[in-house]
Amino acid sequence: MSLTNSTFMLEVKNLNKKFGDFHAVKNLNFQIRKGEIFGFLGPNGAGKTTTMRMVTCYMPPSSGSIQVEGLDTSFQSLAVRKKIGYLAESNPLYSDMTVQEYLKFVGEIRGISGSKLQSRIGEMFSVCGLTKMAYRQIGKLSKGYRQRVGLAQAMIHNPDLLILDEPMSGLDPNQIIEIRNLIKNLGREKTVIYCSHILSEVSATCDRILIINDGEIVASGTPDELTQKSSKGNRYMAKIKGDRSDIESKVLSITGVSRINILKVDSDWVSAEIDASQDDIGESLFRCVVDNGWSLSELRHESASLEDVFTQLTRG
Amino acid sequence: MNNIVAIFKKEFKSFFISPIAYVFITVYLVVTNFLFFQSFFLINQADMRGYFGLLPWIFLLFVPAVTMRSWAEEKKVKTLELLQTWPVSDMQVVLGKFLAALSFVTIAILLSFTIPVTISILGSPDPGPIWGGYIGAILMGAAYLAIGLWVSSYTENQIIAFIVGVVVTFLIFIIGSPFVTMAAPSWMVPALTYLGLGNHFESIERGVIDSRDILYYISVVGFFLFLNIQSLGSRKWE
Repeated sequence: MSLTNSTFMLEVKNLNKKFGDFHAVKNLNFQIRKGEIFGFLGPNGAGKTTTMRMVTCYMPPSSGSIQVEGLDTSFQSLAVRKKIGYLAESNPLYSDMTVQEYLKFVGEIRGISGSKLQSRIGEMFSVCGLTKMAYRQIGKLSKGYRQRVGLAQAMIHNPDLLILDEPMSGLDPNQIIEIRNLIKNLGREKTVIYCSHILSEVSATCDRILIINDGEIVASGTPDELTQKSSKGNRYMAKIKGDRSDIESKVLSITGVSRINILKVDSDWVSAEIDASQDDIGESLFRCVVDNGWSLSELRHESASLEDVFTQLTRG
Repeated sequence: MNNIVAIFKKEFKSFFISPIAYVFITVYLVVTNFLFFQSFFLINQADMRGYFGLLPWIFLLFVPAVTMRSWAEEKKVKTLELLQTWPVSDMQVVLGKFLAALSFVTIAILLSFTIPVTISILGSPDPGPIWGGYIGAILMGAAYLAIGLWVSSYTENQIIAFIVGVVVTFLIFIIGSPFVTMAAPSWMVPALTYLGLGNHFESIERGVIDSRDILYYISVVGFFLFLNIQSLGSRKWE
């Protein structure tokens, strides 16, 4: 085990965490390469935060090991903590301090001092958009600004591994875009772990995604790989002008169509969801419409979204 | 060391950010001055025995109020989680907090300098017991603080931290007092007398600075700070 040659930023082996009878994290195994933006996903209570608390050395695992660049969280805890920047889920802050005082304090704890610290604070102000709020008391800031202060706190020492637990909560859409770009930029040099239960957020930013449920890994891979895993198969959405029952029976008789579900009938227009067991029934569908003399205003092939994968995997 | 300094600065400032510190010091000074001067002119002696005699009792309420929020607040707003993922050891945090609280209490104690000045104008007191009294007061304050801090680490409720702090300090104070030692079996008396928080202060306050008394207070501080570090680490085995 050498420190410099470790190719993984984070290596989690057989990780378990029990709270009394409750088995919060069950035998997790995963690796994160350097420079990756890694999405850590799961519904609330899946064990994301517990896992991150173990990675950040807040609590030790019940069994198994966690290594950050080859350093073990149980035995080299202080060295590991130096490498990590952590935005906790609840984003706790010292509300009686001003933003400036707080960042200075965190910087000092992180071992930065003097002019280096001043320049880092200045950088954090501009990166996180906090310049105007520098001398405000943290307790009086809005949720979005508090979130930015939490981010600035996590990044002030330029950490190798940045762990963001639900970083977007409380941010407005513009801020979400800003922070998303920020994360993407950071991911060029740094390793980022991004925990969330909002899939679209993660799929927009992450290189690789791990989905956990009830403390167990249920899927992992790139966003594309995961999408393909969906059992949803082929689904077409069509909007056809014609008689409802007629459409139902005729479409069902097309080879390959397994199910038709009428979503809405608006005057003569019938919106339907058509599931196919084989690929590419688009053409036969179109022929069917033409042969029956109906009109078609919409026909699209829907690929399964990550949301569907997520729902399928985490609802059991 | 830098970490201790950073924690110290932050904690010390946090006392003075809110008006609580000023209210606190004012109340402390008004109460102690009032109680002291009430009997001072009746006794008609230029010394501070009466003043230092008050302190073990005043500290019983005053010191747990200083320490009650130290850990309880961090637990309540969950900043403890953040603090414990930063590269600081539990010992550094405990020491930083303790030293900040000690500095605050020391300032409060030293601000009673008007009393020795007044007495010196009115008469000619013996400076030995006064210096001794101040040193003893700071040592005793340190012991009370260590106990209060430790108690605060078990709860996220400041009021509970305060009340339990008062009770625990009072118990350790009272075990050495004649009230308890008279009833205790005779073989326990020397041990109880030694352990009681107040007895060591009495001899220092008389102007006799004995290394055993200083050692006693330092041990109490060390013991409770150690317990405090342990109680912070206990999260690991939950």
